Amino acid sequence: MKSLALSRDALLGYALAAIVFVVYLRFPAFASPASLLGVFNDTSILLILALGQMMVILTRCIDLSMASNLALVGMASAMVNASAPGIPIPLLILMAILAGAALGSINGLLVWKLDIPPIVVTLGTLTIFRGIIFLISDGQWVNAHEMSDTFKSLPRSFFLGLSLLSWCAIAVIGIVALIINLTATGRAFYAVGGNPNAAVYTGIDVGRTRFKAFVLAGALAGLAGYLWVSRYAVAYVDVAGGFELDVVAACVIGGISIAGGMGTVTGAVLGALFLGVIKNALPVVDISPFWQQAISGSAIIIAVTLNARTERRPGRIILKQAEKL
Amino acid sequence: MIKHFTRFLLGTTIATGLVLSPAHAQDMRIALVVKALGIGFFEAAAKGAEEAAAELGGVEIIYTGPTDTTAEGQIEVINSLIAQKVDAIAVSANDQDALVPALKKAMDRGITVISWDSGVAPEGRQMHLNPSSNPLIGNMIIKMAADNLPDGGKVAVLSASATATNQNIWIEEMNKVVGNYPGIEVVATVYGDDLSDKSYREAQGLMSSHPDLKAIIAPTSVGIVAAAQAVSDAGKAGEINVTGLGLPSEMAAHVDSGASRSFAIWNPIDLGYAATMIAYNLAKGEASAEPGGAIGMGRLGSVTLDENREGAMADPFVYDASNINDFKDIF
Repeated sequence: MKSLALSRDALLGYALAAIVFVVYLRFPAFASPASLLGVFNDTSILLILALGQMMVILTRCIDLSMASNLALVGMASAMVNASAPGIPIPLLILMAILAGAALGSINGLLVWKLDIPPIVVTLGTLTIFRGIIFLISDGQWVNAHEMSDTFKSLPRSFFLGLSLLSWCAIAVIGIVALIINLTATGRAFYAVGGNPNAAVYTGIDVGRTRFKAFVLAGALAGLAGYLWVSRYAVAYVDVAGGFELDVVAACVIGGISIAGGMGTVTGAVLGALFLGVIKNALPVVDISPFWQQAISGSAIIIAVTLNARTERRPGRIILKQAEKL
Repeated sequence: MIKHFTRFLLGTTIATGLVLSPAHAQDMRIALVVKALGIGFFEAAAKGAEEAAAELGGVEIIYTGPTDTTAEGQIEVINSLIAQKVDAIAVSANDQDALVPALKKAMDRGITVISWDSGVAPEGRQMHLNPSSNPLIGNMIIKMAADNLPDGGKVAVLSASATATNQNIWIEEMNKVVGNYPGIEVVATVYGDDLSDKSYREAQGLMSSHPDLKAIIAPTSVGIVAAAQAVSDAGKAGEINVTGLGLPSEMAAHVDSGASRSFAIWNPIDLGYAATMIAYNLAKGEASAEPGGAIGMGRLGSVTLDENREGAMADPFVYDASNINDFKDIF
């Protein structure tokens, strides 16, 4: 039994602190509390998506359509707000979450009922959702002056020193932690991903469990869709293009095993923060953009290498006698 | 003698008038073919074309185009214009090469063909009108920053990706003329990859690494919007001026908030006006499209053609609080 101080999550925490320290040496203002809160705030959306992705990956699936789901729901909420500014924002957020969940359920149903590999299903919906954005928006942007002030105000309102965007992320961390640690569905995510065959024998419906994970991930993507569009105050077809890869990277860095069944909320949070710190640090350390890409990539590979090493289990010896021969 | 001559002139004028008036009832017909109907930018260009027609007199503008932005749709439109025997076609092409055969056919029938905004390959048109030129754009983006900084100061560039051809050319042209603006210092060039989130972060990074930054120049529409948002979220609207290239509809809110004093992009009204003037002058035979030649554009002066028979209309048009409301619903 490894002590808490040497657990994987703790190691990632140290690595995170080390990066902040290195950046601090080069640019001291980066480590100020206000700046670090800014980094957390900037990472909030990635964090929300990473927690959704984590639940899907735990069940040995993957959701590549999350960024497209985000963009589609974001565009739809912006268009609803532009044409009916009277709809209260809490209702609009609820609609965004439900719309995201509905899109996620499409992924879930295809994986569950038709038994198509999740990577294929979500690659398909990735492009389908993007295509739908073009259809509903006609390729036009929804611009800042067309959105109502309350629509744009949520990520910019502060409560106890933190923006509501950060609070949303904190709330999502709490809810996901509750779901995967304390509910039967959450425990089933681990069981299904760890060993699907064994899960069946314990009475868990593998397909239905995966469906639930996709719906939850979709709901979080829908929430993130509203937050993204309101934060950047613009909606267009390419919103969050390529962001799905950041989400998967955050999970992998955070030690969520792509093979399913292994991973923690703390890991996903640290993984997202790790990427967030790198993304926010690179602009202030004044490095050529080509090196920036190489640095982000190397950080991911190093994290995954560490991950693979801690994950490797010693092979089980079945026949003691055979070994002696 | 002189009296007789005057009478003679008068007589001929009347006679000519009598003989020619039925023929002249047919106005000169100039077709403005756009990428697709229903796009604000082109509706505005059509407005400019009507303005030119009113100024010239005896010109009928046929504003037309396919319903979606396809080359096939434009070819059909061009074929029907050839059948109608219009005098001139001014086209903003959906495809540089696909329209060439149809346009060649038009030129064979004596129709004047020019392209504007989005060009056609040289063999398919007599000349091409660019909205602006790289040196003019490079100069304009730094000029807009400098105009609001009488005492000089630090400015930074937020571009699209590090490999984006257009932006790199404009920034290069800008750096050539920085010396003409004393006191202006370009301290950094960063790349937002035309992604909202990355551009936003890069703008935040610029503000924290250069606390005395006075302006951010973003010659890309995603970047300028994200930078303006980052500046107003940081509470620095009015302190840091975000400028560059953007569309009025996308920038309206940021001009209102004070994050951007001015920005530039081509003026579609002027573009439609200039295209019509050029088509008229070429069709009338008052100018010819050859390398080095100059063609009049009415109130916009004249355009000089390069070896590819292309010319640049004017400086990008500057939008600010005084005119943004007139344009924000157009494009």
